[in-house]
Amino acid sequence: MAQFPERPSAWGGLATLLDTPQKRYAAIAVILVAMAVAPYIFGSYGTVILTNALLYVLLALGLNIVVGYAGLLDLGFAAFFAVGAYTVGITTLHFGLNFWLALPLAVLLAIVAGVVIGAPTLRLRSDYLAIVTLGFGEIVRITARNLRETGGASGLIGIDSPWLFGWHIRTPLDFYYVFCVLAIIGVIASVRLANSRLGRAWLYVRHDEDAAEAMGINRVKVKLAAYVVGAIYGSIGGAFFAANLGAISPESFSFRQSVLILMAVILGGMGKIPGVILGAFIVILAPELLRDFGDLRLLIFAVGLLLIMLFRPSGIWPARSKR
Amino acid sequence: MSIFDIFTNQLLNGIVLGSFYALVALGYTMVFGVVKLLNFAHGELYMVGGFAGFLVLSFLAPYLGPGWLGVAVSLVLAMIAVGFLGVVIERVAYAPMLSAPRLSILITALAVSLVLQNGMLTLTKGQYVPFGAALGFGGVKLGNLFISYNQMILVGVAAALMLALELFVSRTQYGRAMRAVSVDKDMARLMGINVNAVIAITFFLGSALAAAAGSMAGAYYGSLWYFMGFLIGLKAFTAAVIGGIGSIPGAMLGGLILGLLESFGTQLPGVGSEWKDVFSFSVLILVLVFKPTGLLGKPEQERM
Repeated sequence: MAQFPERPSAWGGLATLLDTPQKRYAAIAVILVAMAVAPYIFGSYGTVILTNALLYVLLALGLNIVVGYAGLLDLGFAAFFAVGAYTVGITTLHFGLNFWLALPLAVLLAIVAGVVIGAPTLRLRSDYLAIVTLGFGEIVRITARNLRETGGASGLIGIDSPWLFGWHIRTPLDFYYVFCVLAIIGVIASVRLANSRLGRAWLYVRHDEDAAEAMGINRVKVKLAAYVVGAIYGSIGGAFFAANLGAISPESFSFRQSVLILMAVILGGMGKIPGVILGAFIVILAPELLRDFGDLRLLIFAVGLLLIMLFRPSGIWPARSKR
Repeated sequence: MSIFDIFTNQLLNGIVLGSFYALVALGYTMVFGVVKLLNFAHGELYMVGGFAGFLVLSFLAPYLGPGWLGVAVSLVLAMIAVGFLGVVIERVAYAPMLSAPRLSILITALAVSLVLQNGMLTLTKGQYVPFGAALGFGGVKLGNLFISYNQMILVGVAAALMLALELFVSRTQYGRAMRAVSVDKDMARLMGINVNAVIAITFFLGSALAAAAGSMAGAYYGSLWYFMGFLIGLKAFTAAVIGGIGSIPGAMLGGLILGLLESFGTQLPGVGSEWKDVFSFSVLILVLVFKPTGLLGKPEQERM
């Protein structure tokens, strides 16, 4: 394939700003300090919003592995989020399990769900997967609404907040820092995955499935791996979401939730981590800024998504194509 | 009620439900056959069709009355209006994307669906809107089975529309062009077929059928909601897959089968009506796993 010189872009200045490791370390230090002091600047309401944004960063990073890295459209991502939240809710409430034991169980169940739904469908046409995941998301939500164990339509309340080495994670500020740590771990894991053998296989499968297969990549296995990693992110986000709010209900895991997470991935720029983080913040902060528009908010989002797909299909801050 | 009465009642329910699914499934399957695109927004066209029918009826009711005449005229006008909406959507959103990666087209289709859904949410403020048709409650009693005139007319209209579509596709010059484009778009263009016109006609017909289903559902059930297209979009897709996506008789058969499966499935022990949707999505997943080409579909290769 012919190589084209990289097109100078509005973000070119930013790229040169971060061209040496020292500058990059300095930028990371600035971001970490900003994260640490942000709650004291934005106040208690701002902290809750930021915590929510960080949760979305985590979820969007997970979906980004499915959509951005492996190129599979998943319209039911909220299902994994729900599996994580409900596993923690049910096991801690009904069986008195410790949160830190419920968490790995939640991840395990999400992996099982990911394999059960992914293994048969990932062989099919890629657009079938989109609809199947949509149906799967609805199955999970309706099941949560109809079962007695999940608390029916009103959901579960009174989920305990966890202890960590004598620290009771309880206040909004505590949870803000927990989500900071989760988001940072999520970013590091995403970067490491993208640069791994598996990450290169995802890139290859996304660009040309048949050529990838001819090179000896098992495309079903590779896609399933993406699906399962996404499920792990989703379930961890769900587990901490349940612990944070102490209450969950089926409507937190509707199709709209899946769409919002997907928007976070697409608006910022599929496949690139800064873009996904930007997208997650847009999805959470824009409704706060557009509060005056009421019901129009979702319409504005939807029109924005359509315009981006038509005029800037790789997002606001897209991935630079690598050699 | 005896077992037999439950059976006949569910048979009737299944046929009525199946007619709606079949009409919407036809649009999915036709568009898929011609441009190989899963039109996620198709369920929303059903919803917009319902509201269009409502709007026309509220203008016409003073002159034609809210009975069958008014509903029939508003059905036809809603079909035409939504048919053009479908063509506009194709021109604006899909045509520029047809050579883009598949993921981009899918997301664009999703965006179109969200725009229509949230546009209607804004217009109706999320409220249920009463349809305002007065169709009466008469009917025929066969033993213990009561069949209302509404159900008969609804199924009859759906069957007539499907028959007309089948004749259009199999007998007319445009239908032949449509079939040619679905086999090989580039070759059809070389043979002098105006491919863009064929795509426009396909979107027009598919959208008009969805609008017909939406208007009839509004008149039959009596109310409209901005979110009503979401579920039926999924169900109709399931129906199209059961029948074999891309196959027009398959969509009709699939719609009917899904309608019957749903109405009988909810009678099974342990499967109450609250599990109805889980039941049909499970059917979808099972069909995709064991027979992805459906009952009447042809095996198909992923576009490279």
